[in-house]
Amino acid sequence: MRRLTYLEAVNEALDEALGQDKRVFLMGEDIGIYGGGFGATKGLEEKYGAERVRSTPISESAIVGLAVGASMTGMKPVVELQFSDFITIAMDQLVNQAAKIHYMSNGQFQVPLVVRTPGGSGTGAGAQHSQSLENWLAHIPGLKVIQPATAYDAKGLLHAAISDNNPVVIYEHKLCYPLEAEVPEGRYTVPIGQADIKRSGEDITVVATGIMVIRALEAAEKLANQGVSVEVVDPRTLFPLDKKSILQSVKKTKRVLLVTEAVLRSSFASELSAVIAESDVFYELKQPIERLGGKEVPIPCAKNLESLAVPKVQEIEAKISHMLFKNDKEQTIEKPR
Amino acid sequence: MKNKTIEKMEQHPNHFKKLLRKMWEIRIFEETLEQLYAKNKIHGTFHLCIGQEAAAVGSIACLSQEDWIASTHRNHGHSLAKGTSMRAMFAEILGKSTGINGGKGGSMHISDAKNHHLGSNGVVGGNFPIAAGAALSMKMQNKKQVVFCFAGEGATNEGSFHEAMNLASIWQLPITFFIENNQYGMSSAFKKMTRLDSIAQRGSSYGVESFSIDGNDLMSVEQLSKRLVQRMRHGEGPFLVEAKTYRYRGHSKSDSCLYRSKEEEGRQQAYDPIRRVEANFIESKIMNKMDIFEEKQIIREKIWQLVQEVEGDSLPSDQELLANIYAK
Repeated sequence: MRRLTYLEAVNEALDEALGQDKRVFLMGEDIGIYGGGFGATKGLEEKYGAERVRSTPISESAIVGLAVGASMTGMKPVVELQFSDFITIAMDQLVNQAAKIHYMSNGQFQVPLVVRTPGGSGTGAGAQHSQSLENWLAHIPGLKVIQPATAYDAKGLLHAAISDNNPVVIYEHKLCYPLEAEVPEGRYTVPIGQADIKRSGEDITVVATGIMVIRALEAAEKLANQGVSVEVVDPRTLFPLDKKSILQSVKKTKRVLLVTEAVLRSSFASELSAVIAESDVFYELKQPIERLGGKEVPIPCAKNLESLAVPKVQEIEAKISHMLFKNDKEQTIEKPR
Repeated sequence: MKNKTIEKMEQHPNHFKKLLRKMWEIRIFEETLEQLYAKNKIHGTFHLCIGQEAAAVGSIACLSQEDWIASTHRNHGHSLAKGTSMRAMFAEILGKSTGINGGKGGSMHISDAKNHHLGSNGVVGGNFPIAAGAALSMKMQNKKQVVFCFAGEGATNEGSFHEAMNLASIWQLPITFFIENNQYGMSSAFKKMTRLDSIAQRGSSYGVESFSIDGNDLMSVEQLSKRLVQRMRHGEGPFLVEAKTYRYRGHSKSDSCLYRSKEEEGRQQAYDPIRRVEANFIESKIMNKMDIFEEKQIIREKIWQLVQEVEGDSLPSDQELLANIYAK
């Protein structure tokens, strides 16, 4: 099958949605001829016109707010917030308005809007362009929050989000944009609320989100050479969360490591940890649940400092080794059990 | 020589009777809420528009059921004028299952999809972008419907007002930002928070044609609104209107109005929007004092009957707590 980058997959999904549904339109800063901050909307204004691919002033609150009003009255807006940090500026419209209107109106109004936004560190953009605040939104009843890690998921989940009758926030990761995967042509959906076993294994489960899925897979590959079998589970959607698939995997391997890029304190890893600890699977664990996450610091700019701020492949690998063997990596590794 | 207002009323007595009746209903609805509150029957708060009825009634009279409005925490006038059932509003505020929002919204969040009422917003300024979004939606769908977005003068100090005005302007959206300047944002006087004579001055920064009118004059409100609705239907817009008025009551139920004098209140209430129309009616002989007294009495009795009926309605069931968080 043909391969596309994550960014191309997002672009293709937007293209198909605009082509198939007259109600769909895009709004965001510089999404026209410029193609959006990262190029996700490249070529779309040319193809669908400035009426449906609307470049906006720098007004995050109003962009999301207009999307709320448009979605309540028959349209399906897809908003791009240039960096996920700017979601803070649109927070009233997302949290107080979009999330609550269906409930407060007792079901009279629906708010079928999508907000796509690139998050995460790794580009040297500094503390105001590199955060991972997805857990803020996962906390809010009324919102759905998605974090695709691969090109395949990015396209399928974007289509699913556009078809959904609720406000959906999609956290894309900048470092995922250039990564390639096999992506089918034409419209397909990845169901919202379905986790994916990205790699199947026996010795330990790693539940990771966003770019950490990619890093966990790399760590798993390296450990495989040493005879360790790691299962990597990608929830793909933070809410609704596929607890069943996650718990099934942990039940099988009896060990679990949770990895998110976000600052560990009050992160989604903490929620995942609680979900596992509160389930019956808890009694089957061979050792305590472990978490890896961002350091409790704003993301710095200098390359070496930035890379220290969030989990790296080696750290994930070392953590897994430590969990399995309570030993330094250098020591002889024996398969447990 | 008769003045123009009287002449116009004489030409269309039934139309103006309808509008006056709506203003009475709004006022008596809210006075009834005050009484219910005093009897401890209301859980939560509400914000009364007593003294501002002409702004809501005069403007919304120019809209069809298909046109959209968005309102604020002080929404009872707008909601009733747009056609939302008074019974369902009482039920909502009394927390009954028969409420317009099933009891989940309360006074501050009344919305009514059937009557194209996008909702009342508890976040000051939160409704500006939403209303502009509805206007964008109408424009993109080639529909002729227009949007009126109501807010108080205090809300125009929110960033959302400026962002929405700018966007509505560059995209020429069919929306009127209708600002009821009732002189106070909670306890804060307009003059202390805004160094302008009029909210209408704010429109020029966005290239938005703006107007300032006496919001307590039903006829002025209606005439301007009618003109703007017509122009919006022909592709013009947005517009900004400042309707100068006065909030008789405190901000909400907990406000004892320490920030203004009784003299000021008395002076302002001389311009009561309802009494002005009543005086016009008497002068033009559309109604005499007795007719007015009797009509109001009839409305008052009907409303009390309604309240008694609503008080017997069931509360929302426990299952309702978790219903309608997400759409299917």
